[in-house]
Amino acid sequence: MSSIRETSSAPGLALFAAAIVAAPFLLPDYYQSVLIVAGLFAILSMGLNLLMGYAGQISLGHAAFYGLSAYASGILTTTFHWPVPAGIAAGVVLSGVTAALIGIPTLKLKGHYLAMGTLGFGVIVYIVFNEAVALTAGPSGLTGIPRLSAFGKIFSTDREYYFVVWGTVFLLFVLARNLVRSRMGRALRAIHTSESAASVLGIDVARYKAFVFVLSAVYAGIAGALYAHFVTFISPGSFSFHASTQVVTMVVLGGMASLWGAVAGAVFLTVLPEWLRAIEDYDILVYGAILVLTMRFLPGGLAEGVERVLSALASIFRGKAKASGGEGKKP
Amino acid sequence: MLRVKNLQVHYGMIHALRSVSVHVKEKEIVALIGGNGAGKTSLLTAVSGLIRTTSGEVALDGSDVTKEKADRIVRKGIAHVPEGRHVFKPLSVEDNLLLGAYHRFTWRTASVIRGEIERVYALFPVLGERRKQPAGTLSGGEQQMLVIGRALLSHPKVLLLDEPSMGLAPKVIREIFEHVARLRAERGMTILLVEQNARAALSIADRGYVLETGRVVLQGSSEELLANRDVQRAYLGRDAER
Repeated sequence: MSSIRETSSAPGLALFAAAIVAAPFLLPDYYQSVLIVAGLFAILSMGLNLLMGYAGQISLGHAAFYGLSAYASGILTTTFHWPVPAGIAAGVVLSGVTAALIGIPTLKLKGHYLAMGTLGFGVIVYIVFNEAVALTAGPSGLTGIPRLSAFGKIFSTDREYYFVVWGTVFLLFVLARNLVRSRMGRALRAIHTSESAASVLGIDVARYKAFVFVLSAVYAGIAGALYAHFVTFISPGSFSFHASTQVVTMVVLGGMASLWGAVAGAVFLTVLPEWLRAIEDYDILVYGAILVLTMRFLPGGLAEGVERVLSALASIFRGKAKASGGEGKKP
Repeated sequence: MLRVKNLQVHYGMIHALRSVSVHVKEKEIVALIGGNGAGKTSLLTAVSGLIRTTSGEVALDGSDVTKEKADRIVRKGIAHVPEGRHVFKPLSVEDNLLLGAYHRFTWRTASVIRGEIERVYALFPVLGERRKQPAGTLSGGEQQMLVIGRALLSHPKVLLLDEPSMGLAPKVIREIFEHVARLRAERGMTILLVEQNARAALSIADRGYVLETGRVVLQGSSEELLANRDVQRAYLGRDAER
């Protein structure tokens, strides 16, 4: 659907990188922490978009993978005094392995049933966070998690952390982009349309579904661990069903099967509530209205909106049709 | 080349195929005809591994593929063009064709595969004109050409075609069948063809099988079947008395 996916290449990426580098210098300091959170959600929604937008498998339990990694890394570095990079690696591995164990039986389900299955998993993990008090400190939350440090350097300021997070976003973006353009990306999109047609072409449907599920959980795990070492305090509330639906909303609002859309959706839905603070009490109404209107007029999400603007521009400046999708991210 | 022996298929309590035996020789076009629910599609999906068989054997070139999974069976050389076309609608025509060569696509074979795609475009020029277009925007006949082209890219030894005429205009059906006949004439393709449109199928086939309620009730050369009174009455819409 999205021709952004087809046309955006090196110039788009360069623009993206430039925007990442420039943003903290152009925006008020306060926005750095907002953008860090946006970046974490961008990682989450890119991962979910691989699963949902490309392979067509719904997960309503993605916050569980986000939380598992955050807790694993948080507990290992705080209670057991592991170095932070080791904690992060362990958290990401835990998310991935859990996804493999959950995914193999769950991915046999389709549509609503898969949504219910993953939702159930998310609820179970949320309850474990609350009840395993000895390990997770329960509802009152785990405190005193160390900030990210690696190679003797502590990333203590928001600006440093911003670059860690958005650098990760950029790397994971390039990885996902190469993946969806490869033979494997075509296979995932084929599974989305018709599993039986995909399998008579020689695609091992079950294996690919499991693979993309694990990959998207790894993305969620990376985001979760980075989150834990950014806020230094985690509680179950951040990983509830609400967080799962929020990521789904970002993917859908940004644009299914568009990586730019995933990033745009995450940034937009993180920054929007900040703007709406000004009209406190009514903010949730406006927030809801914006969601409804976007989906009404841009069913393909923000990616589709940008694409329309670009093609309008392209028809104005004839010959400049090779416009890139770089504006997909607007901090 | 393809030999199906005493194949049985159940859907829960429903006995869809009752000991069906069918064979297709090299470079042969064999038609499977029969009414709705006779088991034609079940037979093809069982051969290509999309559904589990209860008992019986499917052999390709003498080697047993009955227990293989669908994605392994393609690699052995059975390409299934499923009923209802199943194009990947949001993907471009070219991406659909690339997916046909999915199982042998590496950076080393990519240029060879590009060449083969050009050959498919030569076979179906309309696909070449629309290579960048989403496959969902093609007409029914063009989509049928696309799925046949897609199946050819898997380098099949045997092509299983399920209802290529479904929902198409008579003129387009004739065109598709001409293409199928040419595949055998020009490329030496071996084809097992399932059709409701018995006359069209038998007109290009060498032999045919008639399926009824999961059994082969009749088999013979196309001429014999076309001349058979029961076949005429049941499937060719001709009153036997006349």
